[in-house]
Amino acid sequence: MKPFVKYSLLCIMSASMQTALAQNAEMADEFRAEGKIYVVVAVVLIVLLGLFAYLFMLDRKITRLERTLRERNQTKAQQKSF
Amino acid sequence: MKTWMKFLAGGILLYVHIAGLISDVPRLNILNETVRNIFFHVPMWFGMVLLFAFSLYYAIRYLRNPALENDIKSVEFANVGVAFGVLGMLTGMLWANYTWGSPWHGDPKQNGSAIALLVYMAYFVLRGSIDNREQKARLSAVYNIFAFAAMVPLIFIIPRLQDSLHPGSGGNPGFNVYDLDNRLRLIFYPAVVGWFAVGVWIATLRIRYRALAEKNLEIDETIR
Repeated sequence: MKPFVKYSLLCIMSASMQTALAQNAEMADEFRAEGKIYVVVAVVLIVLLGLFAYLFMLDRKITRLERTLRERNQTKAQQKSF
Repeated sequence: MKTWMKFLAGGILLYVHIAGLISDVPRLNILNETVRNIFFHVPMWFGMVLLFAFSLYYAIRYLRNPALENDIKSVEFANVGVAFGVLGMLTGMLWANYTWGSPWHGDPKQNGSAIALLVYMAYFVLRGSIDNREQKARLSAVYNIFAFAAMVPLIFIIPRLQDSLHPGSGGNPGFNVYDLDNRLRLIFYPAVVGWFAVGVWIATLRIRYRALAEKNLEIDETIR
């Protein structure tokens, strides 16, 4: 058998064994079946959306400050030229 | 950073957090449901490394062209990188407590990343200890290159040469068939992209804030 074929067969075999072995691992199936996982999803989404809103507000604040500073510099330059 | 990138990062992370909690994951012993932490813990480290790479880039740019803005960019990317690293460390310790038995296992990757974080924290100590602005920027840019060069073997090479509980040890590639199957990849890579984009966003906010502060000081001096 060619080494490549041998190797890929070995890979497939061990991968399928791995999944067969892993099948019996205990998971939170009941918790999911009850639909309570969506409560967790909702909580996480609120935190995430809040974080993004906060970042956007901070971003706007800095943009406004940059604009004010630029305008002040311009007026100062104009005053100097008079 | 463009506005559409910020929205895209937000959208990606919304997808990651919904799919990361709801989607099917491999049923593995010991890990059980905690395998989902791959979507939330590992992107912190990937984000940290990418942010440090940006920091390195601007450190080199500063040495080639000593403009103050290159120095500010270099510092702020390192700053956000350290924040990501601390989050990765805390989440990793929590995860390790429930799967490996204790928060600190002396695992080579844990130790390596702790040392790498300390190396980067020393970067800020170095900056704080020099008063001269140009000297501070130049020395810390050189140190930044050293810090990155120390981090890469500490996190990516040494743990692979030893027995580590982290995937990818003992010479194996980290992302083989067993460690990360395609279902996980579909959420994991977007998580990395999303968090990295958020990291860059926060860094740009800090850079803009610092630029404003420094400009403001200049104005004060002209008035005086």
